Amino acid sequence: MTIDWANFTPWTSLAGGVLIGLATAMFLLLNGRIAGISGILGGLLRPIKGDVGWRVAFIAGLIFSPIAFSVAAPLPVAQIDADAVSLIVAGLLVGIGTRYGSGCTSGHGVCGLSRLSPRSMVATALFMLAGFVTVFITRHLIG
Amino acid sequence: MQVLMALITGLIFGLGLILSGMTDPAKVIGFLDIAGAWNPSLVFVMGGAILIAAIAFHFAKTRSKALLGDDMRLPTARQIDRRLVLGGLAFGVGWGLTGYCPGPALASLAIGGSKPLIFVVAMLAGMAIFEIQDRRSSAHKRKAV
Repeated sequence: MTIDWANFTPWTSLAGGVLIGLATAMFLLLNGRIAGISGILGGLLRPIKGDVGWRVAFIAGLIFSPIAFSVAAPLPVAQIDADAVSLIVAGLLVGIGTRYGSGCTSGHGVCGLSRLSPRSMVATALFMLAGFVTVFITRHLIG
Repeated sequence: MQVLMALITGLIFGLGLILSGMTDPAKVIGFLDIAGAWNPSLVFVMGGAILIAAIAFHFAKTRSKALLGDDMRLPTARQIDRRLVLGGLAFGVGWGLTGYCPGPALASLAIGGSKPLIFVVAMLAGMAIFEIQDRRSSAHKRKAV
């Protein structure tokens, strides 16, 4: 294994992680809810009266965040190599998978691991494993 | 008040995703590429987030009400079943294909051009497929009982 030192950003990544943790903590202690993005978004497709406003507001905050970020600092570069077909296939898999599996990187990976949920540990191990295998196949076997 | 807090929390969450590098799919793929030039940055994102969130969950466990008055809603599901396993695996394959997971994709919509948009539309379609299937199977179960 070699380390990609040129793109390794421990401090900004740690600071960003702390912000994510802070948002998760605020949402939990103030609103009593889990900041799991796939669950918040997916719940909008099963609208229940009185349960829609906060979901829309959270998603709106998320969508608006790069605009707020760019006021304070230049946005970091984002490089996406995937073509339209992979984006569609990946989007479908992520949409179906996160709803069947009841969570994504935030709900299982951050919230679940923080509260030592065995269910989330299994889910996180599996989606990481599937991610490692997928990248290995696309980058080293057929890439 | 709860809605305003949700907006602010979503905003802070998004700022964290951007600062951490999660909205750069190349960096995410770099983390998942353990056989190539591995980028360990995401370990620091997860570490920082879990460190803070774990403290909050420690306090949350002892309370039945959140500070703004709503019930504390912690997940109650315990079973490790087929849905969790297959769902987690499917999500991981999708994550590895492009480097997008749900939060960073949403936080890239406003600035990322057509690519995150295509991904988010497909993701919503995937979630809609789940809803249809799930409603059908629970209706089927009700009939069987």
